[in-house]
Amino acid sequence: MPLTTEQEHRNLVRRHRKARVFARFCAAVTWSGVLLLGVLLYQVSIDGFGWLDWQFLDSFPSRFPERAGIKSALVGTVWLIGLVAVISIPVGVSTALYLEEFAGKGRIAKVIEVNIANLAGVPSIVYGILGLAIFVRYLALERSLISGALTMSLLILPVIIIASREAIKTVPQGIRNAAYSLGATKWQTAWSHVLPASFPGIMTGVILALSRAIGETAPLIMIGALTFVAFLPEGPMDSFTALPIQIYNWVSRPQEEFHELAAAGIIILLAVLLIMNATAIYIRNKTERRLK
Amino acid sequence: MTQERETDTPVAEIQDVPRAPASIKKSGIRWGEFLIKGWLGLCAFVSIATTAAIVILLLSETLNFFETVSPGEFFLGTTWTPLFEPSSYGVLPLMWGTLIVTIGAAIIAIPTGLASAIYLSEYASDKVRRIIKPVLELLAGIPTVVYGYFALTFVTPLLRSVIPDIQVFNALSAAIVVGIMILPMIATLSDNALRAVPESLRQGAYALGATSYEVTTRVVVPAGLSGVMASFLLAISRAIGETMAVTLAAGQTPNMSLSMFESIQTMTAYIVQVSLGDTPTGGIAYQTLFAVATLLFVITLVINIVSQVILNRFREVYE
Amino acid sequence: MSESPEIAMAEEQALGMHRKSVLELRNVSIFYSEKKAVNDVSFNIRRNKITAIIGPSGCGKSTLLRCLNRMNDFVEGCRVDGELLFANENLYGKDVDPVEVRRRIGMVFQKPNPFPKSIYNNIAWGPLINGYKDSTDELVEKSLKQAALWEEVRDRLHDSALNLSGGQQQRLCIARALAMEPEVLLMDEPCSALDPISTARIEDLMFELKEKYTIVIVTHNMQQAARISDYTAFMEMGDLIEFNVTKRIFTRPAIKRTEEYVTGRFG
Repeated sequence: MPLTTEQEHRNLVRRHRKARVFARFCAAVTWSGVLLLGVLLYQVSIDGFGWLDWQFLDSFPSRFPERAGIKSALVGTVWLIGLVAVISIPVGVSTALYLEEFAGKGRIAKVIEVNIANLAGVPSIVYGILGLAIFVRYLALERSLISGALTMSLLILPVIIIASREAIKTVPQGIRNAAYSLGATKWQTAWSHVLPASFPGIMTGVILALSRAIGETAPLIMIGALTFVAFLPEGPMDSFTALPIQIYNWVSRPQEEFHELAAAGIIILLAVLLIMNATAIYIRNKTERRLK
Repeated sequence: MTQERETDTPVAEIQDVPRAPASIKKSGIRWGEFLIKGWLGLCAFVSIATTAAIVILLLSETLNFFETVSPGEFFLGTTWTPLFEPSSYGVLPLMWGTLIVTIGAAIIAIPTGLASAIYLSEYASDKVRRIIKPVLELLAGIPTVVYGYFALTFVTPLLRSVIPDIQVFNALSAAIVVGIMILPMIATLSDNALRAVPESLRQGAYALGATSYEVTTRVVVPAGLSGVMASFLLAISRAIGETMAVTLAAGQTPNMSLSMFESIQTMTAYIVQVSLGDTPTGGIAYQTLFAVATLLFVITLVINIVSQVILNRFREVYE
Repeated sequence: MSESPEIAMAEEQALGMHRKSVLELRNVSIFYSEKKAVNDVSFNIRRNKITAIIGPSGCGKSTLLRCLNRMNDFVEGCRVDGELLFANENLYGKDVDPVEVRRRIGMVFQKPNPFPKSIYNNIAWGPLINGYKDSTDELVEKSLKQAALWEEVRDRLHDSALNLSGGQQQRLCIARALAMEPEVLLMDEPCSALDPISTARIEDLMFELKEKYTIVIVTHNMQQAARISDYTAFMEMGDLIEFNVTKRIFTRPAIKRTEEYVTGRFG
């Protein structure tokens, strides 16, 4: 039954209104997410800013909030990330190279690929348990930096592998063909051409993976990073604490001052992460512009 | 027709070009290449070894656990007090805690995440995208302990001013914060899924006189549905595995109350609680760690696999 | 179909010289998984001559070319039957090292693919990784001169190769291949992505290169084949329809199908 022009017109008006409302709703929702981030950062800043001074950066944790600082946590984090980088970058990039350049499309490659995708989704606390059982207990590495670093490396390895593979895939096949046709082996081609070309993409992925590692707390708790560390680690076998652990410790205390200390620690942590992410985005933008 | 086999004169006689060795046969193994390929393969093997280690470890300790505690008591019991006397090993309260936090987070994150994704892919200009995408990445990169802090110092007091009965440690606070945490994930992945829908589908619908609302809800989202649903599943899996925010915000009281205003304990929070305490190795309490971890691992694994299957079907349709 | 040796030999003897073959194809068939792309092809590649392989799209000419330097090894599921004889060996023999093959049989591709490095390093890289120990400066200059590119780039050898025009990039790729001093140079539709002027320059280049190198060129441009090649193989749907001296193929082809193709009746 055809509608009269009057009815059609009213119908259309209603439909257009609905569309406008919907569009505005989606926009509002999205921008409130942005607003939320702003609120979160603002909250943290006003809570913690007052505690940020050189004494804070230079002191060890203490029962007295006025004397407490994040020196040991900061140094611990630096040690930890350094070790994680040294372990996970070669292994991760090597795996990505193997899968993209050497392995072909057979069964084994497919199994490894699915396996890595699954590992990427395993909760971080399970990695913590793995680290506890294998590195701390079985290999008797105790609650040391190296245990933490190995555990974290396993955690971020899938992230590095997946990001590196993506970067390697963008290298045009023509370059490889040219190299092979000159009598180069697969490794010569990978080393001289594929790796340099995919380097920026790999760097971006590595930076993002490491920034994930910096913020992870659960695995470190599992392997026993201590929460009251009044010394600086001097070698990989030393026990340690890290920024997120220290923050967690302070947050879980009832006193208000410790919450504010935690906020100060969070500011430091977020500042570090912001710098790392900004670097990664900068590298990514520079590469994308170059390719255009 | 037969052809005579012609003998090969050394090329140097005809061309005045210095020649490489005449044979194209293999002259021994290229050791460098062999060793490097070995190293690369070994690295690739690390990922397999990791999975194997996780599976073997969790399974063996869980089997040990089930020698003491029956699976029936574990899976069907409703009291969880493994660290006290009298000890009881029913894991349902922990699963319940995880469930209500996850569902609460999903209720918050799924509609808003999807709405954001729709806005980003269908309505937002490039300039707006360039602002919002990095913001989403930032939100996604914030460590979970920061969200725990946010829950305790901002969300909970806010809730308490509105709902006077609410406890200091409560499930709602945790659910809100976890929801905020997984929102960027849903937004980004769904945005990718919706953008992958071919423009021709949209244009066909517009050409029939549909409004943007109708095109989006009846054409684009259904077309990108598998990618969108996969993003939901991945986000839920992430929420289930979330540790620090729930530990800080929701407390350590395993119970099966229906109220979100009370303290509960999730599976992950329990694991943290045990490892922060002094649990002797080998005791039954130590083994509960692995039993709960195995449960967590299996649940997240199943969800991840399902989402991958859905995603693969999604790729087939467009490629 | 195989060539007619009597005709070919007669032509050569008329020229008074006796050439030898660098590459001999005997009953070569190429499969992609179960699909047969090239069917029982036999002909010879003569030294210091340009052999062109022509035919309509999809006839298998590029596939055949890529087997001559074992580049098809990189395609999953590609299988080669028959013999390809080079330097007294079957290219696909059991003990043959494909890397060695590619050192001696070079290739220029359809789309110019210079490395994102300097012009100098593009040319020096191949020889260096293969153990070249002498002066790379001389090698680079010699190769660029052979490719008729030296005068244009001598002042900017360390600029990025990607700054060159399309035609220059392709000549760079030729120079790069020549730096390896291959016995055979394979060219897979080298001019199809270039403008007519660049194309003409490269065709002139090929006449000069013929003195020192053996060239096999795949082209969908019949006029190009007629202009520059000495021998032509005409393929269709994986079969070798006819192989002969170029002049014969284009003036008095022995097979009707060949005549139909070269007169533009199809393809």
